[in-house]
Amino acid sequence: MNPISFLTQMIRIAVPYLFAASGGVVAERAGIVSLTLEGFMLSGAFAAVLGTNYSGSPWVGVLCGILGGLIFSLIHAVATIRYRADQVVVGVAINLLAIGVTRFFLKLFFASSSNSPRVAGFGGNINVAGFDNPLLWLGIIVAPVMAFVIYKTPFGLRVRAVGEHPDAAESVGVSVTRVRYVAVAISGMLAALGGVYLALDQHQFTDQMTAGRGFIAISAVIFGRWDPIRAALACLLFAAAETLQIQLQGSHAIPSQFIEMIPYALTIIALAGVVGRAVPPAALGKVED
Amino acid sequence: MTGGPASTGESARGQTSAVPAIRMEGIDKSFGAIRANRGTSVEVMPGEIHALVGENGAGKSTLMRILGGLMKPDAGHVEVNGRDVTGWSTNEAIAAGIGIVHQHFMLVPTLTVAENLVLGCEPKTRGIVLDYKRAAEDVRKLSTETGLVIAPDRLISDLSVGEAQRVEILKVLFRGARILVLDEPTAVLSPPEVRELWTVLRRLRDKGDTIVLITHRLDEVVEISNTITVMRAGQTVARVKTSETTPAEIARLMVGREVSLSAGKRVQPSGRPAGPQPDQGLEARNLIVVGSRGIRVIDDVSFSVKPGEILGIAGVEGNGQTELIEALAGLRPVFAGDILIDGVDMTRRSVAQRHDAGLSHIPEDRQRRGLILEYTVANNLILGVQKYFSRRGIIDRTRVMENAIQEISSFDIRPPNPVLAARALSGGNQQKIIVAREMGREFSVLLASQPTRGVDVGAIEFIHQQLLDARAQGKAILLVSAELNEVLALSDRVAVMYRGKFAVMMPAAEASEEVLGEYMIGTKKGNAA
Repeated sequence: MNPISFLTQMIRIAVPYLFAASGGVVAERAGIVSLTLEGFMLSGAFAAVLGTNYSGSPWVGVLCGILGGLIFSLIHAVATIRYRADQVVVGVAINLLAIGVTRFFLKLFFASSSNSPRVAGFGGNINVAGFDNPLLWLGIIVAPVMAFVIYKTPFGLRVRAVGEHPDAAESVGVSVTRVRYVAVAISGMLAALGGVYLALDQHQFTDQMTAGRGFIAISAVIFGRWDPIRAALACLLFAAAETLQIQLQGSHAIPSQFIEMIPYALTIIALAGVVGRAVPPAALGKVED
Repeated sequence: MTGGPASTGESARGQTSAVPAIRMEGIDKSFGAIRANRGTSVEVMPGEIHALVGENGAGKSTLMRILGGLMKPDAGHVEVNGRDVTGWSTNEAIAAGIGIVHQHFMLVPTLTVAENLVLGCEPKTRGIVLDYKRAAEDVRKLSTETGLVIAPDRLISDLSVGEAQRVEILKVLFRGARILVLDEPTAVLSPPEVRELWTVLRRLRDKGDTIVLITHRLDEVVEISNTITVMRAGQTVARVKTSETTPAEIARLMVGREVSLSAGKRVQPSGRPAGPQPDQGLEARNLIVVGSRGIRVIDDVSFSVKPGEILGIAGVEGNGQTELIEALAGLRPVFAGDILIDGVDMTRRSVAQRHDAGLSHIPEDRQRRGLILEYTVANNLILGVQKYFSRRGIIDRTRVMENAIQEISSFDIRPPNPVLAARALSGGNQQKIIVAREMGREFSVLLASQPTRGVDVGAIEFIHQQLLDARAQGKAILLVSAELNEVLALSDRVAVMYRGKFAVMMPAAEASEEVLGEYMIGTKKGNAA
């Protein structure tokens, strides 16, 4: 096995996770459960293909993808923040909605129930000099940027306060509602970028193409104990496991199903408190009276 | 500062300014069917310590939330320093110098002291970066200026309750508050911490700040305030100068009738019903309980409570009282040691088995452990004993209602409506449901944890009498309370818990607040009996 090819493949697999997990961290730190990452990614992927297809430019596709994630995240925000609906229930609904909506528009715009036509992309060429896909570079720096935002900026301080003790934040004039809206919107746009990367890398949209990647990202958030850097490391770990599975294919050394289980098994272990205590933000998922 | 009601600094304030710092008039505020404020009026002069007293549910906190911009009144108007500010926002209130120190700390436990202080008004560098260094520096400066000493880099979760409160006060001062509202600030403090708080408040007042103190502890009102406003059932019933009134008078105004303040006198100072069996009552032998972080939260504690006796446990909260009660009740596993009820080893028995053996438990957190708030009063009254109200696994509704009607009348639960959800009742009446359930049955041992916390004066009197009656009937009672005077007034013997051990155990007759206070903060250590 070539270590360089292993590393580059791992990073390409990790990028969607890195985007989505960074989004998940900011929403969850603000107290909003991020089961929706899958739906945000899928909507982002579809919108990106749609935009690229009609404009011919992948950059327009990126903007459309961000917009798609933003729309879905705002639906989530309005339901859970404005109308105080249960975040898990709405999250599941958002994911199902994303599957349905993308399938519907796939049919409407591309007259297909399985995939879109081929669209332009950034080119996934990888060589010793590096990657020529700007989204890849963005994906690599998104977690450190998120760490900076959360720990070093006033907004990040407010996010942490709102997710731990919203009443305390409210009592000093911080608008819990506003902080949460912004955090969910950021999570929607970031997760969507994960989907955009995925779609443009494959030059097309296929039905349910995110295939559970949003759930792996949320696993990474939990495994990383709601810290952007640790969550990013979890993403890399999960991506490494996947790469291993791909590269071992044919050798049948380990049944691939076992490797597919790794993210989820690790998450359960993390939640069970085996590797230090996983303490979620205190107000996570709580509906205020 | 000499303190005391005689030296409240009358000459220092009053005449200098005729414009009240706070004037709230005709305030109405309803939550659904509950009218928290009904034409309430309060007037606070600048530079005074003004006590706002009233029973729980009298509408004090609601009034102050309106002042702080956290709620808008349905009717009435609010003036601060002569300016009409009715219906303003939290930010406007903060900008105008109103600082509210809430009863439940409004601090984010996972953030540092400095981060909590600057939250909402963060200093920045380069436009977007939080200037933590400057925040810490500002906190240190304010801390030295005010004498509220605290290290800015400490996490809130590592602070003691007294320290956390210091941070709360610093927090409002940091935002430039000149009018401070403190909601039940002493509820969780030890006597030395209370004295320290008084010193701080007097210093702030002498500097010209205005302080509103919400409390229902009458001794505190008399000690610290200049003026008192008494509220009852959402209305203002009196505004008096502290120097011209007495605790008995205030209590009468609060409740609307005469109340006995001294928690009932002993029926018979050390009397016990004739000849209890030597091994009856509650006994704990070398009890060790390990907490969540592997620390011994109860560290080798032994004691016994005999029939006809009240053993009172005092101590600053968080020294193992909660864990002790939970271990005795069967809610928390015991690491080592034995628990005996009427001579029978119950250490490994379940909550239900202990209950059947005659153990009753009034839990410290009534909303979490004591009641199911969405259930009706009638159903709450049979929680845990439902099997006695059912036939072949089906609850007999008639008997449940009969029981409810009887308990409601004998324990004076108001409103007397068995099908009302427990949530709709006031704190005092919720507590009466628990007292009725736990004491309205055959039992031999009672664990009473904070039985009068957050309960109004009338209900306190009632619950105290219930405890004394049970004692006279030969029940063994273990009382845990943060209220030192409650422990002293009711107990035959008192123990002080400090860091999971009994720092001292002595007859109540020999104990006093001063003596116990030293054991509570650990400056004095002794041998527990």
